[in-house]
Amino acid sequence: MSVEIAIDVKGLTFHYPDSEKPALKNISFSLKKGEILGIIGRTGAGKTSLAMCLNRLIPTMVDGEISGEIAIHGQDISSFSVAHLADTVGFVFEEPENQLSQMTIEEEIAFGMGNLGVPREEMLIRIKETLQQVGLTGFEKRSPLALSGGQQQRLAIASVLAMRPSILIMDEPTSMLDPRGKNEVYDVLNKIKSYGMTGIIIDHEVERIASYCDRILLLDDGEVKLFGTPKEVFSQISLLHSLEINAPQVTELAFKVREKAKLDAGCPITIEESVGIFNELIV
Amino acid sequence: MEPFIKVENVSHVYPNGVTAISGVNLEITDGEIVAVLGSNGSGKTTLVKHFNGLLKPTLGKITINGMNTKKERIAKLSSQVGYVFQNPNHQTFLPTVKQELYYGCKNLKMPEDEMEKRVQKAIKLFELEDLLEANPFDLNSSKRKEIGMASIMAVSPKVIVLDEPTTGQDHKGCRRVLELVQMFQKHGHIVVLVTHDMQLIGELNCRVIIMNQSKKIADDRADIVFKNQRLMQTADLQPPQVTELANQLSYLNQGETYLTIDSIVEWFKNNRKPELKEDVELARY
Repeated sequence: MSVEIAIDVKGLTFHYPDSEKPALKNISFSLKKGEILGIIGRTGAGKTSLAMCLNRLIPTMVDGEISGEIAIHGQDISSFSVAHLADTVGFVFEEPENQLSQMTIEEEIAFGMGNLGVPREEMLIRIKETLQQVGLTGFEKRSPLALSGGQQQRLAIASVLAMRPSILIMDEPTSMLDPRGKNEVYDVLNKIKSYGMTGIIIDHEVERIASYCDRILLLDDGEVKLFGTPKEVFSQISLLHSLEINAPQVTELAFKVREKAKLDAGCPITIEESVGIFNELIV
Repeated sequence: MEPFIKVENVSHVYPNGVTAISGVNLEITDGEIVAVLGSNGSGKTTLVKHFNGLLKPTLGKITINGMNTKKERIAKLSSQVGYVFQNPNHQTFLPTVKQELYYGCKNLKMPEDEMEKRVQKAIKLFELEDLLEANPFDLNSSKRKEIGMASIMAVSPKVIVLDEPTTGQDHKGCRRVLELVQMFQKHGHIVVLVTHDMQLIGELNCRVIIMNQSKKIADDRADIVFKNQRLMQTADLQPPQVTELANQLSYLNQGETYLTIDSIVEWFKNNRKPELKEDVELARY
């Protein structure tokens, strides 16, 4: 049995109006169901534009010229209705406050479902379930504004999860958060795999991207420069540097130790891996 | 030397009754770079907003360059302490970069020739010659953030407070912030950073103040603070990834804290055992 492809992008090109060069150039990649993709690249590389194409904010809300194909679970998304898209692709923004509008946490989660016409009994079940998934059980009656940044971001994720999307896209969801908040968000991302969902995260923090993602897509100037496992991508250190991207600190260290001290420290990409390698290095 | 900033037993209670900082004492003197660390809601931003009089202490006293902040006008304090906001959009609102750069000086009613001198210096240091007529909102977020810093540089307050300067910045943007902090110090400014960016602090190895649940719980150099694992856990802080790695390598000097990639590379260069001297084949990479 072949593995189900969740997202299949072929030859995606997008021009903003009045701009000479395309924001996205001939982008192709595919993602299997249950995989987590990290999108990296310097500011202006096209990361957010790509994410916006995947939930059709481009071209429905943003003008421009789009070509190419995007299929989700084998279906071309240009044929999806807005409602069908909303319950297929969930989107979480950088600042949770931009996404929160209700008086209590349960109302917040109910809001999106209400727009989709989910029956009341079903809503209650999903509120309970999603609060559990993001670790906010017991907070039902509180105000979203009384939460910490990490909790607010988890609430924003819960509101999206309640619509039962099969794809969850998060655009720099942790940049405003402290280390605990960041870990909380990534832990949720890790969990959604077990619900059979597929996730996409845009982030500058390569250390977390490297340890949580199954695939990495490196964008530069609207083009895919690298696409592969974290190891395949972060081992291309000279290419990364030429595009002003750094690898995780432990990877950078291993390469520099080889270059300057002529010791082979391999190519670790996570802290656990590097502890193992470096402990073997000198006996 | 008399401290430039003196915080004496300061507490701040917001109108809704929340105590944001409680019983804080600290002194900051000329030439220092000070990072204020702590989790969201620990009181970091409340503390630094006292330095330019944006907030006044509920209890205790703050003295800036000899002035009691409760008794001085904000305009006078902001010529001493400049604040660069986390979100550049909260700071930039004029149609051109040039107008933005003159704005702060004009506000302070600075003499024409002095204003010209300072703005020109900021233009030169930030290499903005080609961007003067650009609209700040046509620039990308890291460039816009730089315009915010350049505008503060033009006013040239003694103290420059940077609130989360690297948030949302790519690698190049983060390196640029590091350079700018060092440049501010070189030009005689005191720099106060509010940040979650531990790699930045590792590179600077500066003085670190940790806020936790509205109290100051540590005040020491980064290499000392980052080694104190219990303290770091209490404050919910993670040192840079290489520091975490170094903490788990028993063969490194146990007395030392390794804050940067280069400090560990240096150790390997100096401590290679003879039997490992045969060069690793570099070609395959």
